Amino acid sequence: MGRLAIETRALKKSFGKTHAVAGVDLAVSAGGVYGVLGPNGAGKTTTIRMLATLLRPDAGEAQVLGYDVVRDAQAVRSRVGLTGQFASVDEDLTGVENLLLLARLLGYSRRRGRERATDLLDAFGLAEAADRQVKKYSGGMRRRIDIAASLVVTPELIFLDEPTTGLDPRSRNQVWEIVRGMVAESATVLLTTQYLDEADQLADRIAVIDHGKVIAEGSSGELKASVGAGSLHVRLRAPEQRAEAERVLAGVLEVPVEPSADPAALSARISDPERVARALAELSRSGIDVTEFALGQPSLDEVFLTLTGHAAEETPEEDAA
Amino acid sequence: MNATTAEQASAPVTEDALRSVLLAGERPSRPGPVLTSLTFGWRALLKIKHVPEQLVDVTIFPIMFTLMFTYLFGGALAGSTQEYLQFLLPGILVQANVMITMNTGITLNTDIQKGVFDRFRSLPVWRPSPLVGALLGDVMRYSIGSAIVITLGLVLGFRPEGGAVGVVLSVVLLLVFSFCLSWLWTMLSLILRTPNSVAGVSMMVMFPLTFVSNIFVDPKTMPGWLQAVVEVNPITHLATVVRGLMHGSVPAGEIGWVLVSSVLLVAVFGPITMVLYRNKK
Repeated sequence: MGRLAIETRALKKSFGKTHAVAGVDLAVSAGGVYGVLGPNGAGKTTTIRMLATLLRPDAGEAQVLGYDVVRDAQAVRSRVGLTGQFASVDEDLTGVENLLLLARLLGYSRRRGRERATDLLDAFGLAEAADRQVKKYSGGMRRRIDIAASLVVTPELIFLDEPTTGLDPRSRNQVWEIVRGMVAESATVLLTTQYLDEADQLADRIAVIDHGKVIAEGSSGELKASVGAGSLHVRLRAPEQRAEAERVLAGVLEVPVEPSADPAALSARISDPERVARALAELSRSGIDVTEFALGQPSLDEVFLTLTGHAAEETPEEDAA
Repeated sequence: MNATTAEQASAPVTEDALRSVLLAGERPSRPGPVLTSLTFGWRALLKIKHVPEQLVDVTIFPIMFTLMFTYLFGGALAGSTQEYLQFLLPGILVQANVMITMNTGITLNTDIQKGVFDRFRSLPVWRPSPLVGALLGDVMRYSIGSAIVITLGLVLGFRPEGGAVGVVLSVVLLLVFSFCLSWLWTMLSLILRTPNSVAGVSMMVMFPLTFVSNIFVDPKTMPGWLQAVVEVNPITHLATVVRGLMHGSVPAGEIGWVLVSSVLLVAVFGPITMVLYRNKK
């Protein structure tokens, strides 16, 4: 720890009238996973592209592993790996050809390159698909070959831009395992995501980005603590009783009760945990069956809502990528 | 065909295996510009291997054009198809090659859309090498196209007086010119948004460039102003040279013109392409 893997000051980038990144300050220490969380169009991808030397910042400074992304771009390029919506592989080529291509470009001999490609494919569970064109891969395999492609030479810092967007839960878990494995080997991972759950699961520290600015930063616990005591989540057996349950809960808890996206669920941010037991008892007395309830720290969803005033999954009109 | 489905083929990722590949990563020294360009050229050849249908433009089109023009216009323009073929074939060879160069821009634009170019741009390699490599791969395509046109010509009765040496020299010169002209399309592909628009604009440039030349007819019958246009068209000089070399006369001055225009094409469009490439969003 101590040394910063990434440091940016007032980083800015505009596309026409859109201020995709409007002054981002980041300080990411070496080792571990740093999560950049924000909705579509918040400026996450644009930020990563600048850090990975693919885009020149309009203003501000950024240092990656101690090198300036504009002045020492080549030094940055030789030390970072990049995987994402953008940095991809050649779909017409097979898995092994893609990795061999990158190995050769990074200076491996033909023989060593082939060995390296095979080892990577084995480690990523793609050995059987090695000789198949990447366009025939499933979504999860595709994402794994994308990640493998950025590890041909083990990078000190890996950028993962929305690595699990569009994946099924099983493939998503595999990607999570890969990320944890990389961190165990002391790499630094900068991960962008629009899934709060993902940031919560993987990231040691999280920067929340909205409209091109960092609006909060901290560990997931710190971010949650900044929102309040916690919340009560209740799930009912019968969704049609929700309106009634809302009234009962609000009466006892004396705080606003929000219906969740799940039609049978409700949640309330509570100020006084003592009242929860009474509220639940009151529900049962009113003949409302509760199938689940949980009292916990606020979710990052709530954090996001509190910080930005809008929900995390909201899709904005323009995509800053 | 392999019967395993995609999902069956995806074995679980094990932490041990992952750890060992991450630890095993060596740091080889950076290869030079020639090697990286050739490696990108190898990629282009792999793409031809996997997607052979992309060779339609270097196979079917030249055959179609040669047959069409020879038999449609031969009798009317030169008295007989045999005679016209002696004049037309070198010209068709030029047209075929110049037309094929358009593909460079379309392919590159597709690459950019797919995002694989961002990966290349993020690599610590000599920056123009992905472009140079793609163009080197295209030289292979031009060679295939040329071989097809010449073979077809020989079958139809084309008899080059310059012999094999003349034919080979003219093809080499043609490849050099095509390689240089391709930079115009790489530039376009970095400016325009979709492969379709690249194709459209390329056609708009290409048609007048090849037809307003001496490829199909001797410009003597054209109005004076049009002759002037034909005279400054680099394609005219290229066709004159190819025709000359194939038929045994070496037009030294004209060869000089072709080389100068080749160098100019790279000198102008190469740097513009690289600036656009570096600042691509």
